[in-house]
Amino acid sequence: MNHEQRDARQKKIRNFSIIAHIDHGKSTLADRILETTRSLPEREMKDQMLDAMDLERERGITIKLNSVHLKYTHTDGEEYTFHLIDTPGHVDFSYEVSRSLAACEGALLIVDASQGIEAQTLANVYLAVDNDLEIIPVINKVDLPSAEPEKIKQEIEDVIGIDASDAVLASAKSGLGTDEVLKQIVEKIPAPSGNPEEPLQALIFDSIYDTYRGVIAYIRVIEGTIRPGEKIQMMQTGKEFEVSEVGVFTPKPVVCDELTVGDVGFMIASIKNVSDSRVGDTITHANKPAEKPLPGYKTMNPMVFCGMHPIDSNDYNALRDALERLELNDSSLQYEAESSQALGFGFRCGFLGLLHMEILQERIEREYGIGLITTAPSVVYNVYLTDGEVLEIDNPSKMPDQQKVDSVEEPFVKATVMVPNDFVGAVMDICQKKRGEFIDMQYMDENRVNIVYHLPLTEIVYDFFDQLKSNTKGYASFDYEFIGYRESNLVKMDILLNGEIVDALSVIVHRDFAYERGKSIVDKLKELIPRQQFEVPVQATIGNNVIARSNIKAMRKNVLSKCYGGDVTRKRKLLEKQKEGKRRMKSVGKVDVPQEAFMSVLRMDED
Amino acid sequence: MAASSIYVHIPFCEQICFYCDFNKFYIKNQPVDKYVEVLNEEMKRVISMDEKPSIETIYIGGGTPTALNEQQLKQVLDDVNTLVRNPEQVREFTVEVNPGEVDRDKLKMMRAAGVNRLSIGVQSFNDKLLEKIGRGHSAQEAVETIDLAKSVGFENISIDLMFGLPEQTMEIWKDTISKTLELDIPHISAYSLKIEEKTMFYNWYRQGKIQPLPEDTEAEMYEVLVSGLHNAGYTAYEISNFSKYGMDSEHNKTYWKNNEYYGFGAGAHGYLDGTRYANIGPLPHYIKAIENGESAVKESHEVPKTEMMEEEMFMGLRMKEGVRADRFESKFQTSYYTIFPEVIHDLLERELLYDSGDSLHLTKNGKLLGNEVFEKFLLVY
Repeated sequence: MNHEQRDARQKKIRNFSIIAHIDHGKSTLADRILETTRSLPEREMKDQMLDAMDLERERGITIKLNSVHLKYTHTDGEEYTFHLIDTPGHVDFSYEVSRSLAACEGALLIVDASQGIEAQTLANVYLAVDNDLEIIPVINKVDLPSAEPEKIKQEIEDVIGIDASDAVLASAKSGLGTDEVLKQIVEKIPAPSGNPEEPLQALIFDSIYDTYRGVIAYIRVIEGTIRPGEKIQMMQTGKEFEVSEVGVFTPKPVVCDELTVGDVGFMIASIKNVSDSRVGDTITHANKPAEKPLPGYKTMNPMVFCGMHPIDSNDYNALRDALERLELNDSSLQYEAESSQALGFGFRCGFLGLLHMEILQERIEREYGIGLITTAPSVVYNVYLTDGEVLEIDNPSKMPDQQKVDSVEEPFVKATVMVPNDFVGAVMDICQKKRGEFIDMQYMDENRVNIVYHLPLTEIVYDFFDQLKSNTKGYASFDYEFIGYRESNLVKMDILLNGEIVDALSVIVHRDFAYERGKSIVDKLKELIPRQQFEVPVQATIGNNVIARSNIKAMRKNVLSKCYGGDVTRKRKLLEKQKEGKRRMKSVGKVDVPQEAFMSVLRMDED
Repeated sequence: MAASSIYVHIPFCEQICFYCDFNKFYIKNQPVDKYVEVLNEEMKRVISMDEKPSIETIYIGGGTPTALNEQQLKQVLDDVNTLVRNPEQVREFTVEVNPGEVDRDKLKMMRAAGVNRLSIGVQSFNDKLLEKIGRGHSAQEAVETIDLAKSVGFENISIDLMFGLPEQTMEIWKDTISKTLELDIPHISAYSLKIEEKTMFYNWYRQGKIQPLPEDTEAEMYEVLVSGLHNAGYTAYEISNFSKYGMDSEHNKTYWKNNEYYGFGAGAHGYLDGTRYANIGPLPHYIKAIENGESAVKESHEVPKTEMMEEEMFMGLRMKEGVRADRFESKFQTSYYTIFPEVIHDLLERELLYDSGDSLHLTKNGKLLGNEVFEKFLLVY
């Protein structure tokens, strides 16, 4: 390709992503766009094509990013190349969102015509604005009776401050407005700027690990051109590789000769580990490097930690293999071996947030078939000892003795809750109970309010979502960002079963809430731990003080009496099932404790 | 060792009880005559007329055998007798009877056919409770059936009772026990309710409409039963079976002693030549298989030696006489202490088992926690 051809081609590229709240129709609109541009033969269309993993389909959320290369013939008769870059729809992954937005020149903002803007949407729109993206508002589900498109337009203008007069009125479900969306993409979103002859700068916005081909980096070329056979360098890690393949997703991967300015596609370079191909890193040529990397790179630090232990200790190696595999695909997952008296050998794992944690747990159980016991999640505490030493504690059982501790700091977040007027009281009530500090409250319109609190992260980890949902009938939407560490009056609470401390159940709590939490945990354990052949006392203690206690009564009767007409096979199956059930529990001292019990410290009883 | 017991399954009922998950069908509009005919065909195929076995015990169960009319039931009894080398000397020949489903003639016919023991499904002497568990008879009918059986000359009578039923109070249970004692019956089977899948109870349980009794109440009911029957002179010769002297059910002991037996009929289970088997359950399939000359067996499992030893323990321990060391050794050429050393020592230490020198037995607490004990004897799993 010569200079002029490249230039002409570059002018017809449009890169965009879609920003939307869960359920506002992002995946459906993406499907319509794919359909309309005939990127997929109809027989290959499954609903919500971009959500590839089973887990994603089930949960209706996108976990891993995807990008698609599309051809669109505009009303001017010219053919345009679109790259649609999908973004994950959850707060845990906001860095990934920001990087994929950085790979675009524009974004479709989908807002539900009845629901309006949600906290999550707002956070992502700000990221888009931050990345200088052209935003095309799309008001979706306008065919529903409760739709109020004019009101939503006004809201977009008031809240985000962009012109919404040309907002597309759409129904992704029926296909209404799809053509208009495509038209606006061509007309409003600028073509990529940049020079194919300049030193290479390609942004990695995702990378996945493929068993056969190693790491596949999802990239956007900002400057320069990348071709197979070239030596490249990762500008953050300094590592060098040789490009073996480049290509685009249609959405099937299709190999091509080069990727140049504005192109979005993949690159394979015999990279063994995703940590060598980090999201946000810049790829350049080893022999003719760019002067500086693209801005915005961050190393992601896990915020939430929990212990993951195999139920069957023979699965320890299998669990390590699974984590190694998952880590290949997920550079923000951290883990290190730990051993718990109660749970045996396992791993302390760090995650970006709660959803990230749940997804990983589910994948290990589902894809690797390993039964897991996970402890309640914890945040990282800064512990200042009286001798001047400072410790970072991510496992409550590792908290030093009270006497040695001078002070403890915990992570705080700025939490933004968007909620209809009627629930303001309820939300403030929850935040107050969660040790929140009121910061701000803004009315978005007559009915909707944006409430801002500073909250300890640990309180968000501990049943905040559930409470928020149940107390606002599901209307509240919620987002948070880390703001820093603050000192708090925190103590370690131990849980004793049959007189022995179960390290995996220890929690760090605020002193003022210790009694309440202790009682709730003890009650929950009494409910979850089946009767044993002896009475089991359950206690919550702080230091040497018992603050709550209960007893699990001894098992009285467990014997099958029916004869089943001599059906011994059936009796055997019943006994096998019983035995299997016990195997799925963890013996702590002499007490058989079921899996759920270790998470129970998380959940409060409903009042 | 050749099998010396026969079980015959009659899968018909006039009414389906809410707790029952045995293989059974509403008798209305069913091809009952056909079933009787096909059943005989199945039996004749397994037992050759040239090599009739000597039989110790026969048990006709269900379902409800007495749901058959007199003629059909007679046919079944005659057919079974035809297979037996010693029809006059069968030690125990039991038929399950539902209260209100037999008259004098039917009972007389049964006696004439060699039946010498009746197992009557009383379940409770409380009418409200009977209704709540879907039984089609009253307490009064049960008493009348027992009296009628006695008057026809049946001496070896057993009744079934149930406890742990939803809404059954301790008072109701005690009342049923004392009514039972008044009737002076030589054998009692008392079963605690287990809510099984594919029953009405299971559906209601899942919908939250019925609650199983608390474990403690159920345990107390069992203790009340054991002590009440003990004081009245009954021996708890098995976890849920009680008898006056010499009136143990020999047939049921076949199962607990882990001996082999023939099983005939739709959904019946049997144990022959070291292989446990289960027959096809659904009637049309069972009938069709036999008519097509195919086997009635749906699945069979050749019991490996380890499993056989496990079963010897978890079935044998149900009995008061327990598992005898010499019997185990002659059967397996090794001792149970060699096969289950840690398990037995642990259970002895926890006082769930005791060793009387020549045999192992459950302790009082071991009986209540039988499944916890039995589970330990599963080595393979």
